[in-house]
Order: sequence, then structure tokens, then C-alpha cells
Amino acid sequence: MSDMTPTSAERAAKLEGMGCKRKRVEDVRFTQGKGNYVDDIKLPGMLYGDFTRSPHAHARVKKIDTTKASALPGVVSVITAETLKTVNLAWMPTLAGDVQMVLADGKVLFQNQEVAFVIAEDRYTAADAAELVEVEYEALPCNVDPLKAMAKDAPVIREDIKDKKEGAHGPRKHYNHIFNWQAGNKAAADAAFAKADVTIKEMIVYPRVHPCPLETCQCVASFDKVKGELTLYGTFQAPHVIRTVGSLISKIPEHKIHVIAPDIGGGFGNKVGAYPGYICSIVASIVTGRPVKWTEDRIENLSTTAFARDFHMETEIACTRDGKILGLRCNTIADHGAFDACANATKWPAGLFSIISGSYDIPAAHVSVDGVYTNKAPGGVAYRCSFRVTEAAYAIERAMDIMAQKLGMDPADFRMKNLIRREQFPYTSAFGWVYDSGDYQTALQKAMQAVNYSKLRAEQAQRQEAFKRGETRELMGIGVIFFTEIVGAGPSRNCDILGIAMFDSAEIRIHPTGSGICRLGTKSQGQGHETTYAQIIATELGLPADNITVEEGNTDTAPYGLGTYGSRSTPVSGAATAMACRKIKAKAQMIAAYMLEVHDDDLEWDVDRFRVKGNPERFKTMTELAWAAYHEVPPGMEPGLEAVDYYDPPNFTFPFGAYVCVVDVDVDTGMIKVRRFYALDDCGTRINPMIIEGQIHGGLTEAFGIAMGQEIHYDDDGNVTTASLMDYFLPTAVETPHWETDWTTTPSPHHPIGAKGVGESPNVGGVPCFSNAVNDAFKFLGSTHIQMPHDNWRTWMAADKLGLHQ
Amino acid sequence: MVPGAFAYHRPSSIEEAVGLLSKLGEDARVIAGGHSLIPMMKLRLASPTNLIDLGNIANLKGIREDGAEIVIGATTTQHEMIRSDLLARKIPILRETSLLIADPQVRYVGTLGGNIANGDPGNDMPAVMICLGATYEAKGKNERRMAAREFYQGAYFTALEPGEIVTAIRIPVPSAGHGYAYEKLKRKVGDYATAAAAVVLTMSGGKVTTCSIGLTNVAETPLWAEEAAKIVTGSTLDAATVKKAVASAEAVTSPASDGRGPAQYRTKMAGVMLARALARARERAGA
Amino acid sequence: MVTSQVSMTVNGKKVEQLVEPRTLLIHFLREQLMLTGQHIGCDTSHCGACTVDLDGKSVKSCTIFAVQANGAEIRTIEGMANSDGTLHALQEGFREMHGLQCGFCTPGMIMRAYRLLQENPSPSEEEIRFGISGNLCRCTGYQNIVKAIQFAAAKLKGVPYQEAAE
Repeated sequence: MSDMTPTSAERAAKLEGMGCKRKRVEDVRFTQGKGNYVDDIKLPGMLYGDFTRSPHAHARVKKIDTTKASALPGVVSVITAETLKTVNLAWMPTLAGDVQMVLADGKVLFQNQEVAFVIAEDRYTAADAAELVEVEYEALPCNVDPLKAMAKDAPVIREDIKDKKEGAHGPRKHYNHIFNWQAGNKAAADAAFAKADVTIKEMIVYPRVHPCPLETCQCVASFDKVKGELTLYGTFQAPHVIRTVGSLISKIPEHKIHVIAPDIGGGFGNKVGAYPGYICSIVASIVTGRPVKWTEDRIENLSTTAFARDFHMETEIACTRDGKILGLRCNTIADHGAFDACANATKWPAGLFSIISGSYDIPAAHVSVDGVYTNKAPGGVAYRCSFRVTEAAYAIERAMDIMAQKLGMDPADFRMKNLIRREQFPYTSAFGWVYDSGDYQTALQKAMQAVNYSKLRAEQAQRQEAFKRGETRELMGIGVIFFTEIVGAGPSRNCDILGIAMFDSAEIRIHPTGSGICRLGTKSQGQGHETTYAQIIATELGLPADNITVEEGNTDTAPYGLGTYGSRSTPVSGAATAMACRKIKAKAQMIAAYMLEVHDDDLEWDVDRFRVKGNPERFKTMTELAWAAYHEVPPGMEPGLEAVDYYDPPNFTFPFGAYVCVVDVDVDTGMIKVRRFYALDDCGTRINPMIIEGQIHGGLTEAFGIAMGQEIHYDDDGNVTTASLMDYFLPTAVETPHWETDWTTTPSPHHPIGAKGVGESPNVGGVPCFSNAVNDAFKFLGSTHIQMPHDNWRTWMAADKLGLHQ
Repeated sequence: MVPGAFAYHRPSSIEEAVGLLSKLGEDARVIAGGHSLIPMMKLRLASPTNLIDLGNIANLKGIREDGAEIVIGATTTQHEMIRSDLLARKIPILRETSLLIADPQVRYVGTLGGNIANGDPGNDMPAVMICLGATYEAKGKNERRMAAREFYQGAYFTALEPGEIVTAIRIPVPSAGHGYAYEKLKRKVGDYATAAAAVVLTMSGGKVTTCSIGLTNVAETPLWAEEAAKIVTGSTLDAATVKKAVASAEAVTSPASDGRGPAQYRTKMAGVMLARALARARERAGA
Repeated sequence: MVTSQVSMTVNGKKVEQLVEPRTLLIHFLREQLMLTGQHIGCDTSHCGACTVDLDGKSVKSCTIFAVQANGAEIRTIEGMANSDGTLHALQEGFREMHGLQCGFCTPGMIMRAYRLLQENPSPSEEEIRFGISGNLCRCTGYQNIVKAIQFAAAKLKGVPYQEAAE
């Protein structure tokens, strides 16, 4: 060994493995405008599809006249429900066990619902033709209030299942009822409330919002009549699921369907399910024999595709008088719109809402969720929510503040008193979830110190006095939250999508010259998978990350996976990647032993090589072993160096965090200025700190939008009033606060690399933190709960109600 | 989100433009920056059969002094107004207002004429023009001048006759040392005003000698709060007087309820914006 | 369908094509010139993903007809690399500072930042945020975009980039 041999640390640094701020591979093409998004795809002979949509929220469709549209030069075909019925596709199954109209079949159930699909030579002609389809409607009374959905005389939304007393998830109590789902122990919870000294109850509403990725949903469908094969490009967060579902409903054999998700311009859960646009494009391609492209515009996206939340949660906490929580109850009405199109795992119609006991050691708890139909767009699970975890976190964190206020305790102290203690991990919650790891006290203390919390409270007290004396018209608020979320869906015993277990996969092939390719069943929409999976492989196999190509999205070549949403990529496919690497490494070790003429056990691993124990000058690098795998393997061993792993996670993972927000409220206008936002996240092992920080910034910005002004609003006639970016609040760089990020690291004991996932944490923790801060500003005046969004006028109204404008 | 079909014309003189408008009739629209009209066309809320692009007409551009007035060509962009030294020195409220309109890209292309001529109650410049006592020059069959204070008749309804285009905006230069402010409450950068107030005033010996107030987006038209301005004139802008002026301004508002807030809130905000604009204008005023 | 000829210079190259009057510049660029770097993200001229540099102005190409751009000089993301093939300081800065995730807003953001730095070579953070207020991003939260632009500003001035203390 010469003096020039790099040290372990130097060699590790060169690999750019886990833990380093590796610059992103994706950026090279994106910064040059060379991304390949669906609308960039142009196939020979390609046609364009566009929808005629209903102006009514609820109406019978008496007649559809496509004559004028069909006669327009350049129009090739017009499809209605009648066309789709001939191939049994007028309705399609949803991921939640319901069915959904693809095109209006006798009725329309929400404003902008798809009525007809026109196909033309170019997109301008298609837009003209969509205007020429003449539809005769008979308007019906509509209901957009989920709390009125189960009234005796509520309008019947779903005539197709009106008399069905059983839904996909059990008995239905009313023709607009979808399911009732419960978890926990009602008797134990009721007993806790009966004996408690102090209880609070509050209706906590998480309004309907929409993920609004910058790229809308789109696809290009190309059916090859000669081969009988369908190629479908699209904005698909779960391309394999689209393929399987596509096969089941179209009857085209799955091996003859090629689904490809290219670059996707943001997903956030908006691009998981199947939309009428995809189905109509496929049918149109079959009917016309040409490729058909469909791209929706922003108004269509906001008003008809997977919305998020719309959870109305009556939340209660029971406590001893010195602040120990005894019980938690929550009764929720969930508004799913006209069809239950939620992208939930099958057994979970309310997702993972039972994470609602959060970070707290709550001995008895019960939740009940009733899903209902209204004349609104279908869906519910989306927008960085981890399957209803955002809703649960919002409810518990608001309720914690309300209880702290009633007890006269500081909200941080109240949390500290009830946090699950480190010695209780792995911790089984009152709902049966086994939290993998955490040191909550350390995290909360770190956050408190970082923001100098006691100093902030002292300042707030002074400002409150100044306000009372009339010296200032600003109120200072401090929001504190401690969230625990549940991600990484999921173990096959708990989780399946339409029967397919929610494992995920990685297939790695190392080439003779020591570079390689990894294909996975997940699908990035901006999370940097091409960069981060390679970092896992670099650390596991000792090959430079730059030498590993990562591919996702092509269902022909990628191993089967359930896609990317719910922060599941790192917990599931990240694990599969590590496990596949270890299979490769085991084979490499045997080759090394053979080459070095020692026993397997005589070797130890050192960053990028196997070396002989006690004799470190004798080693073989992974690069040398890759060549050997193709050149000369031990007798009886097959050549090559590759492995595939399908990983069925033993459990979910439980990232957590402590966030603090400081706001200053101008009571005379209702304007809120975010003075400071500090976010401490624990996502277990941190693969790329730069990418983690980016995810936190982005998620907090989405949370800021939600808390401060986003809502998908319907008026009483069912008109969507916030369907464009004129009114749907997307913050610009000017409004968006500065984010401070921090971390602790408690690895997940059951995950091969200890990583938990982080993409959704900031939205889970961010929203309640903002809302708690705004609420906190008004507490000293007697306010207990101000509903979000905290836009200017609502905040002003709250101030007005408190008599602050006399 | 693409417009219907239309024929496109690009005249090179005002006369040619007016001629085209007269020939092509009611379904013809003029376009300057296009950032009001084109979004409406894309949503098919407006479907002109003919577009007459004023972008190539040299005489519609330019900012110049004409005695005690400054004349701004109708197709002068917000960006050009922001960059104008002349305006910064002589009528600084214009620059302050321009910077509050839309976003950088829109300001590069959007014009003063476009902002004042179509009667959109959400636009910012009309209230400022009313506050400044501006005059609009128009050309159609004849040339005429209309006072901004008499120009706005309803939402999207102005004194402009069919076949006329606004060619220039003529503004009397406020006295040296005047105080000014355009105070705009909005949900976010680029939004229309929830409520906004334009104030131009002069002070002497600590008292207001002249005052003019315009209000944006709190009625079907921009408002000239004449009575509120009279109330503060002669005062030291003491709290009680400002309160009376605010009440007077609130009384002339009749805002729409929309995503920005209910009418009651927007009326109150007009008052708050007025109070803040008066305070800032006073800080800036000499003497 | 009535069409007319438009000609303009795009990324230094003269182009001439037939368009309808109603053909939006964004569609002309993407579908006739095959320059798919600029993107469509909304219907109401808010998002800025379509921003290009036209005659020295940042313009939302979804809100202008190709015929209005007749005779114009246009620069798009595809024309940002330096003449020797190296990346523009902004392209480098966005990668260095992790100023992008899904990449969809990035071309419009870079084209706007390009003109911003021409207007103001040493912008403060506040000026940068105001300067890109016509460009929406859903992924990054803007913080690293600001850093990317600051990185590029420093590089274009030939001074070392100083990351501001947190």
C-alpha cells in the first residue's frame, strides 16, 4: 500500500453516497429546457381531445347534440356516454370501491363534469368544437354542504346506487352516505371522558383545497391496431397501477399495455388516480386509429380533479386538571363530492386518519368518520396528505391548543407533558399503530431553545399590554406544534390498492465496467429520485453515484411498484434498493473470496472494497468485482451482477417534527405577516440534506398557502368560485416567508437504512402551526378557535367579533 | 383556453386605426398590451371578430411635458412609466401605483391606456387619474377630451363612444413639494385591490391646503371622494378629522362581495387605506 | 382558417412560419418551432411558466399572439447557454443552489431572472422576490431560487458568491 492510497473517508466522499448534498442529476436537463413532459410529446398523426363540460352542479342531461361539433372542419370524432357504453366504459371503478361516470350518463353531478369529448386535428379546433356540442339540461336542486347531505329531504346525488344499503365499506345510512369507518375503543374513550376533570370539544374544519401542481393532468394515448397494443404516456404518479386498472377495465391484456410516465411537473397527489381524460383518450385512439393527446387547462384541473381535505372534525380531548390527557374522540363528516374517488388503500376509506392521537400518549381514543356525497368534484385524498394524516394532525394540534388554553397552560408545556417518552418506543397507540422510533422531548427542547421560546412569550406579553393601552394595532401570535405522521404505505397485511399489496421494488444491474442501472416502481415528480436512489447504491455498493443511472416510470422495464405518494418512496423503494444492493454485495463477496482465495468470512467491507481481515493490502474493489462477474465467476455460480427486490415493509415509518411560527396580525386590515418559521424535522437517516431541505421549503410553502388563503369554494348553487389562479391563492415569492430548517435523527429500526421519508411532513406540521399562531394572537382576548383559511377578511371579521374595531 | 378566430390588423397611424374601427363595427376591439383583453379572449368571455393592434403606432407613445401638464401616450407601458425620470420627479404617485399593478411581466406590456380605458373597476390607474384631475384625449370621428372624473359610468361602461380610441392622457402636474400616496390592500402581489386609495395633497404651516382622493375597486366605477377631501382640507389631519373623512369615504362606496371579502369589509378597508394614504402623503409633503 | 406569415428571430435564428391570428406565441414556440422548454401552467396569465425574453422585455408568451411578435427578437431557455456551450450563470446557479425540483417553472423562472439581472445586476433579496413575483413555483418555496439568482448575479459580476448567514 503506497502513501497515495486515499483514506476511507476520502474514498467515501468521492462516492457521493448517503448523507451528502449531491447536486441533482435531473437539473442538467431541466435548466436547459430539455425536460420531457407529456405535452412535449408529439407523435405522428396525433389528434387532440377536449371536453364539453357541464355549467350546472346538478342536472339531468336531456339531450346531447353533437352535429354541429362533428361538422366543424378538422373534427375527427365526438364521444359521449353512449359511445363509451358500447365498450362498457361509460363508468369506471374508482380506487375507493365506488364507480364514477367517465362522461355524463343521464345526469351531471358537479359543475364542469365531463359531458362530451371532441377529437380534432389541432387543439384550437378541438376547443372550438367543444363549444359547439349542444346540451339540453334540466337543472336539479343541488347540495354542496356535507353537513346537510344526510338530511331527510336532501337531493339524491347518486341515483345509480340510491337503493343500495351496502357500500364498498359496509352499510349506508342514507342515500347520500358512503361509509362509516371507526377505529379505537369507544367504550374506553367514553369512560375517560366521563371521569375527566376538563374536556374540550370543537368543530375543526379543514376546508376543501387542491394540490394545484404547476403542470396539469395530461396524457397521450396511442393504440396500435395492428399489434393490438396500447401505449399510454401520462402524468402518472403510479404508472403500474394505471396499467393494471387500464387492463381490467379495457380488457386489453396487461402485457399489451405500455404505460410511460415521463417527466412530471409536480404531483402532490393530484396525479395518482385515473381521470375521464385518460379513458376518453384511450377510447378515442382506438376509435380513430391515431394517437390522441389530452391536456387539461388550469380551471379544469382545479374544478374537477383530485381535491384534498373537506373534513369536518368534531374533536374532543379529556384531561385531568393538571393537564394529563385521558382520552380523545373525533366524529368526522368527510365530503367526497359526487363520487368517492379517493386514492386510499382499500381497507382504509378514511385513510390513516387514526394517526390522530399524534405525538401524545393518549390511553383511550376513538374516531368515527362518515363519508358523504355532495354536488362537488370527486376525490379527497391528495396534496401531500399521507392519506388523511394532514387532517388528523390539524385536528389534534388545534385541539391541543384549545385544551391548553382552557387549562391555562402554555401550549408548549402542555405538549411536553403529554409527549410519548423515548423509553416508550416502539410505542403502540390507542389505535394500534406501532410507532417505530422517536425522541420527542429532545426535539421539542431543541426547537424551544432555537427560537428562544420564553423570550418570545415575554415579548408577546409586553405587546399584549401595549395593545390594551392602544399603543399598537398589531397582535403577536406564537404557534407551536409537534406532529407525528405515518408514511411508507405499506405492509401487505394492512395495505393494498385494488387488491395489489403495497410493496415496492428496485431492480439493479451492474455492468462489467462498474457502472449500473437501477429501475424502481416509484415515480418522482420533482423529489429527485434520479439523484437520491443512486446515493443509497453508492453507499451500499461502493460505486460512485455518478455511475448509477436511475430510471422510473416505464412499466415495461421498471419492476412493479405502487408509485410515489404518501411519502412512500424512501421507506419502501429505498428499502428495496438497499436490499437489492445487499444481494449484489453478497454475490460480490463470494467472488472476492474466490479471487483472493480466502473464505467469505475472512473478508470485511471497507467503503468500496472487500479486504482480507488483518491483511488490508489484499482487497478487491466493487469495480473489479463487477468485471469479474462477467469475466470469471467461481465454479457453479452464474455470471452477471444484478438483483431485484420486492420489499414488503414490516411496518409504516413515523417521521415527526417540532415547528414554531411567529406572526404579527394587523387587526385593522386582517393582514398577517409571518415573522419567523422554524421547522425541526426528524425523518430518520438523511440521504441528501439539500433535497430534504428543499422538500421542507416546498411543503411549508404549500402549508402557508392552505392556512392563509386557499380554498376550493362553492356557492349555494354549486358554482366553483375559486377555479382559476385569479382566486385560488398560490403565494408568490413576495408573500412566502423565509424558512429555517433543523433536524434530529432517530433512525427507523425496521428500515434497512433507517430512513423514514419526509416529503409530506412539512404540510402535515405546517398548516396547524400557522393556524395555531394566528389563533394564539387572539387568545388573550378570549378567542378559542378561528377557522382557517386565515385570509385578510376572515381575520378581520374575527377581530371585529372581538370588538377590536370600536 | 384558446381564443376563437378573428382577423388581425396592425395599423401604423391613429387615423388608420380609427378608420378600421369605424369600418369593422362593434365586434372589432383595439388591443394595446392585450393583458386585459387576451385573457378574456382565451376564456371566451370576449370574442371580437377583429383585433386592431395599436402597438405599431408611434404617436401613441411617449411621455412629454406640455406647459403645466404632462402628456402620456396611450400605449405607454407601466414599465416605461416606472423608468421615466420625468414622472418620478413630477408625478411620483404614478410610479408608486404602477409598481402595484400586476407583476413584472405584465408591466412590461400593459399600457396606461389599457388600464384606464375599459372601465374595469379593478384597475388601479383610473382612481389615480381621477385624483390627479386628468383628461383623456380621444380620437374617433372627431378629436375630443374628457375629464377622467366624468369618464366612468359603470362597470366596463365609459364615456368612450364606439369608434373612438383614447390616444393620450393629460395630467396637470401637482405643485412641487406635494404629498402623495397610493395605498393598496390586496390578497397578494398582482391581485386587484381589495380596496385602494389615491391621495394627492399640499400642506402649508402644518395644515392641508389642497387635497384630492380617489378610491379603487369599491364601487362599479373608481370614485372621487370629493367630500372626504373637503373635510380634511384646512385641517392638520388630526385623528378626529381623518375619522370624519374616512366615514365620508366609506359612505360613497358600494363594493362587490367576492373572494377578497364581503362588501362590509371592503368598505371598511377603503377607509383604512384612505387613512394610511393620508398619513403617508402628509409625511412626504413639504412644509 | 386564415393564416398569415410571421417572422421573428428566436435564439439568434431567423424563423418564418404560417400562423392563425389567434395562435398564441407559446403554442408557436412549442409546437411549430419545437421549443418545448417554456410551459403552460394556467389560463389566466398568473403563473409565468411561459415567460420568454422578447425585445428586451420579460413577456408571458401565453398572453401574446404570434402575430404581435412579428419582427421581434426572442430569447428562450434553449438559447441561454453561452456561445461556447457552457451553461449560463443562472442555469449553473439553479443547480448549485437546488433552485428547482420538478423543473416545470424553471425555464420561465430563469428567463425572468435573466431580464431581472439585466435591469438590476445587484438585486437585494427583497428586489429578487419582487422581481420574480410573476413566476409561481409549487415545489421549492422560492428560498433556493433566490439563492440561485444571487449566485448567478455574483458570477456575472465576477465576484465570489457569499451565501447569506441563516
